[in-house]
Amino acid sequence: MSNNLYRVQAGPEGYLPPAAASMGVVLPEKGEAIVEGEITLVDEAMKEIGKKLLTAKNPVFFPGPQILWAWKEGVAERARAIKELAEVVGARIIPMPDYRPKYPMINPAIEINPNHPNLTIWHNKIDVCVFVGVHCHFANVALKIIRGGTDCYTIALCGEAGHEDAMISLRDVDLAVIQKLTAVVAELKEVMVHD
Amino acid sequence: MKKDVFKISPCFEDIMPQEYIELVRENTSPFDNNQGVNGLGGGKELIEEHPLCAGCGLALSLRMILASLPNPEDTIVVGSTGCSAIAFPQVALHNIHSLFGNQNAVASGLKRALKLRFPEKTKDIVVIAGDGATADIGLDMVMQSWFREENITTIMLDNEAYANTGGQESGMSQKGAVLNMAPTGKKFSKVSLPEIARESGCAYAGAVNPSNIKRFEKMVQRAILVAREIGPSYLQVFAPCPTNYKLRPNETLIKAKSREKDNTYPVKEYISPTAQEFLNKLEEGKHNG
Ligand code: SF4
Repeated sequence: MSNNLYRVQAGPEGYLPPAAASMGVVLPEKGEAIVEGEITLVDEAMKEIGKKLLTAKNPVFFPGPQILWAWKEGVAERARAIKELAEVVGARIIPMPDYRPKYPMINPAIEINPNHPNLTIWHNKIDVCVFVGVHCHFANVALKIIRGGTDCYTIALCGEAGHEDAMISLRDVDLAVIQKLTAVVAELKEVMVHD
Repeated sequence: MKKDVFKISPCFEDIMPQEYIELVRENTSPFDNNQGVNGLGGGKELIEEHPLCAGCGLALSLRMILASLPNPEDTIVVGSTGCSAIAFPQVALHNIHSLFGNQNAVASGLKRALKLRFPEKTKDIVVIAGDGATADIGLDMVMQSWFREENITTIMLDNEAYANTGGQESGMSQKGAVLNMAPTGKKFSKVSLPEIARESGCAYAGAVNPSNIKRFEKMVQRAILVAREIGPSYLQVFAPCPTNYKLRPNETLIKAKSREKDNTYPVKEYISPTAQEFLNKLEEGKHNG
């Protein structure tokens, strides 16, 4: 566990939120996850993701190019698994098909762009969002802008090493991890319904 | 174009914005069909929207250059600081933004790296930069790339000013030109870069304007094909700037034509004998085939 004092929490944090890494937040090692800047066990992070998503008023998934476009084997399966997860949560899905800066031409009702993700968050009044399949550097930019200008809670499901700038991030997210997360969320939903 | 790269994950087809669905399904990719400038306005373009001023000659020329590329999917454009840099993020092909004036050095390295990395493939490197980046701040690196005979094409978008910073004179402004930030008028003549390019090792050098699209296309293609096979090439494109020269947006082409007519911006073409031989073969082949 790190004893870092900086917490990566929902903003708004101002025009120039610092990169979490510059505030001492480190990426999780293999087998770990990160919750609000603290290293945790993956299972704990999954439960936390479930709680945030299931208690959100308007949770939205933002699939990026790596998962929207079936450009290599295995992507379509992962895409389907993400869609199932969003269905269990009852979340909307808004795509991020590419990274061209489209301001002010973007239609925030139907897509999100990493250069001004705040427009999509504000327009749709999104309180919890999930980034998945977005290339890391674009995800980092977008996550910081969201933290800077909105109070949206951000979750990043990352196929690589995770994101310090998300409030919760899993790393090495493959098909098995998505399916496990879906099972955790479904179980939690059962419990919450019966509580 | 390798269209199979562009398949939407089937379960996400319902959430994709319409323009992407059309791009994949309706065969409107700008890389298809290779229609050249004739296809402009008839479907998706390599640059579809641009944030430049209304009537900007540079935006028009950029559209026409991109439509003229002989091999867009294997072309990398290297840009530099200036108005065109604002349009490049909207361009649907690989493009790199270099520091102001460094574009020909970046392009040289890129060309050499790609030759090593993809020896069996044709990769065209095309520098597209303004007059400030080409004839002033970057002239050292531009000329050094010609001296080294790098296989790159340099296209200057010549609006005869540092337009993006509010209108200072550039080396390419005409003598006497008065601009917002050059109120007493420029004191020396426009640089003769096509001639300098010819003397510096370019196998092809020219000047053109966008008023005649077929001629424009032909010259862009010649510049790129010569750079691919023979040696460095240079094309100077007159791209009038309505904002800094206080023209109405619909006067851009009128201006380009009148400057050609009064010989203050003539169309020029210098071709080395080797390049000429190569182009003759290519163009004969086209006519016979
Ligand atoms: S300032 Fe001139 S060159 Fe620049 S975008 Fe406007 S019209 Fe074009």
